[in-house]
Amino acid sequence: MSETLLAKPVVSTTTPPTEERKGLTKKEIAADHPTWCPGCGDFSVLALYFKLIEKRKMWHEKITTVAGIGCSSRFPYFVQAHGAHYIHGRALPFASGISLSRPDLHVFVFGGDGDAFSIGGNHFNHTARKNIKMTYCVMDNWVYGLTKKQTSPTSPLGFKSKTDIWGAIDYPINPLKQAIAAGATFVARTTHTNPNHVLQMMEAAMDHDGFSFIECLSECVEFYEGAFDASNPRKGGVFNEVPKSHDVTDEGAAYKLAGEDFPGHFGIFYKVNKPTKNAKEAEIIKNYQSKVTGQQPWQILQKNFDKMK
Amino acid sequence: MSNATTGVSSSGGAQKVSKINEVVIRIAGNSQDGIQAIGGFLARLAGRSEQEVMTFMTIPATISGGASIFQVRMGSGEVLSSGDEADVLLAFYQHSYDAHIASLKKGGIVLFDSDHVVANEELKKTYHHLGIPISGLTVEAIGGTAKDKGKNIFALGLIAKMFDLNLPKLEKLIGERFTGKDPSILNNALAAFHAGHANPFGNVLETFKFVDAQKKDGHQVVMNGNEAIGYGLIAAGVRFGAGYPITPWTDIMELLRRELPKYGGCFIQTEDEIAAISMAIGGSYAGRVAVTGSSGPGISLKTEALGWAIMAEMPLVIIDVQRGGPSTGMPTNIEQSDLNIAVNGGHGDAPRVVIAPANVEDCFYMAIEAVNIARKYSVPVILLTDQGIATRIEAFVEPNLEKICQEIGPDFAPVADHKPYDLSAANGISHHVPPGTKINSGKYPIVTGLEHDELGHPTGSPKLHMQMTAKRRKKLQALGASLPLPKIYGPSEGNVLLVGWGSTEGPVKEAVDRARAAGDSVSSIHLRHINPLPNGLENIFSGFNHVLVVEMNDEGLYGFGQLGAILRARYCDAKIQGINKTDGLTWKVKEILERTKTNLSAGLSKI
Repeated sequence: MSETLLAKPVVSTTTPPTEERKGLTKKEIAADHPTWCPGCGDFSVLALYFKLIEKRKMWHEKITTVAGIGCSSRFPYFVQAHGAHYIHGRALPFASGISLSRPDLHVFVFGGDGDAFSIGGNHFNHTARKNIKMTYCVMDNWVYGLTKKQTSPTSPLGFKSKTDIWGAIDYPINPLKQAIAAGATFVARTTHTNPNHVLQMMEAAMDHDGFSFIECLSECVEFYEGAFDASNPRKGGVFNEVPKSHDVTDEGAAYKLAGEDFPGHFGIFYKVNKPTKNAKEAEIIKNYQSKVTGQQPWQILQKNFDKMK
Repeated sequence: MSNATTGVSSSGGAQKVSKINEVVIRIAGNSQDGIQAIGGFLARLAGRSEQEVMTFMTIPATISGGASIFQVRMGSGEVLSSGDEADVLLAFYQHSYDAHIASLKKGGIVLFDSDHVVANEELKKTYHHLGIPISGLTVEAIGGTAKDKGKNIFALGLIAKMFDLNLPKLEKLIGERFTGKDPSILNNALAAFHAGHANPFGNVLETFKFVDAQKKDGHQVVMNGNEAIGYGLIAAGVRFGAGYPITPWTDIMELLRRELPKYGGCFIQTEDEIAAISMAIGGSYAGRVAVTGSSGPGISLKTEALGWAIMAEMPLVIIDVQRGGPSTGMPTNIEQSDLNIAVNGGHGDAPRVVIAPANVEDCFYMAIEAVNIARKYSVPVILLTDQGIATRIEAFVEPNLEKICQEIGPDFAPVADHKPYDLSAANGISHHVPPGTKINSGKYPIVTGLEHDELGHPTGSPKLHMQMTAKRRKKLQALGASLPLPKIYGPSEGNVLLVGWGSTEGPVKEAVDRARAAGDSVSSIHLRHINPLPNGLENIFSGFNHVLVVEMNDEGLYGFGQLGAILRARYCDAKIQGINKTDGLTWKVKEILERTKTNLSAGLSKI
């Protein structure tokens, strides 16, 4: 029987899958010192990713971190694990290639609002609707930071940038509504100023079997200082969690909640269990393979060739 | 129709039977008439009869309907091209008759459906006319409920009679084709076939019989180039890929989507071309060489991601089934105008491998070679075919699948240490270690499109950029040094050397045969490895006064086609010239010969 994408690959005889290991320490997980500006919200997202790895005792070799292009997309360089820094806007299809061929890995994708909703907007919709298993954490700062202050797809109306010196005129995208409408099966919102909440959302997203999306507000102190003050109690704002009464399986209610004015709510807006593309493809493979049980790949191929004689 | 040396013999009765070596049959109708099915039956019959066969088809770029042709050349000797002129034209409609009678050899036979076609009295002097009410007789034979259905099979019966084709073999093929469907469909098909075969037209016209074909080593298989690539990739061990539908690449993705689950793999239809290559690269990153592909505009869309794979040194196979360009261009026509984008497409210094199969059989083997080069050199490989090779059917000796099929599953054995971009690696060839692999040093690799150090971390160091640029180049130089020189077809010294690549191999070789038979000094080579080129071509060129690069692309601003320009840039040799065309059709042998003659002002020197 030929090797199947269903089966978990044999890792190695020297590290049996049952092996108990100690959780990694922060020192073991940290790689390059981040190139972000001092005070950038992305630092706390990185610190909480480390914390997630420590807490959940993830193995070095099983951590796969993927990003596109942008300030936040530098993320993989700072994590001492397998990682890929891909091209602008296309991190999701790249990560899908890993997810769909490697059931033994859970892929984390980090990126910014430009990467996710502007150049990569189409991929966001389709990865969500196909429910490809992975966690996508968008560090939303409402501005293009790497290219130094241009309008982003989430910049609010009136935001003065170098490409809208008179203030942004294009209506911004609402990432949560976009995700719910596209068919994402896990949609959450958090903010870098509440570390415990970020970790909670990351854990819940990782445990979700499907496409899990987190919008994490992450302030750009250089080009959009104070953008999220209204959501930060230390700056006189309010941090409202999603009401306990909210039904996370109610799409309409989630959509309505997502439409509230800033600062809105934080927490899980929408969460449903639907078969993933990973599971559906595996089902097709299982059905097809049951018809060729016991045959080597060349014998399966020979059947096709016999028909072409 | 070339007569065998035994010449024309009479069977003694009213009916004359001529022995022939080969025949070119052109079937002209509309795309929904099943004319491709007739061609397919003839091609597979030839394959089973140890004959050689090559087909050529045109399909309209319309959604449904439209004029379409299918040409089959089958014979007992070597068949190199689908034939310049037809011996027999089967015309279903007036427009088929009017448009294609000129493709018939003088003295050839036009077999037409007299229910739809009125013959031109003037043309009757040039061609044998044989009108048969094909539509009416088909309806008579099978009941006539389904309008026009079955007349292709009736016509197949006529052709079988005319060429004394093996009836049991054809009946078996028809049986295989309609197996599993409603038994009345098979019965109708056989009834139509027998009615065609029993038509008494043979009493008024000579019939033909093929001389025995040379015994082949083993069975033949019959398929088109797209199928050969799809199955070649499976044989090579590819189990994951992604694509987006575009003509004429789509057949390959449909095949892989359908077949890969049997092997435990899958092929994903993505939202767009960029997602397709990105997902394939993700699959390669995950540990096993993945495939993507496209045609025309789709290749343009993929170039940024291709540059990433080159920079990140990821193995990847990209199929480019070329069609007429630029832009949407001529989606169902043949052209070799993607060579430049295949070799150079994208920004920056981005060396990648480009190989081009010469025929359908070569599609199978070069798909495997593409996978193996990608793995060995950790580099993207573009397999450059075209619309002609994609859709034409050939018979070739069945590959020994047990020996050929390979397993390329990822290796997750822990490693002591790993540098994804190790500058000390021999010839710059380092290898990718997929996620899931434990690295005992605790230093994990990042694969990246930023210029990087040996571990994949970003750098702005001028020295590292120079070293890494050289590393990516040296891999290809090492590959170039390992490639065999192409064999020279004909003598290794002479007046003219024709240089072909891709699907032009057959017509170029046949042009050499015809030129030499006429006493002209012409040889040819065929380049299958385009980037890098094999070393030492200059030694072949030095044996000839003229080197003419035969390509289906434009002569360009400076008078040279796309491969011609590369060869001139590399060899700085003024004797390298081009023969180019952009009519969207395959080369005819006589076109190559005429163009060769006009190209050389002095004309060809006699041996």
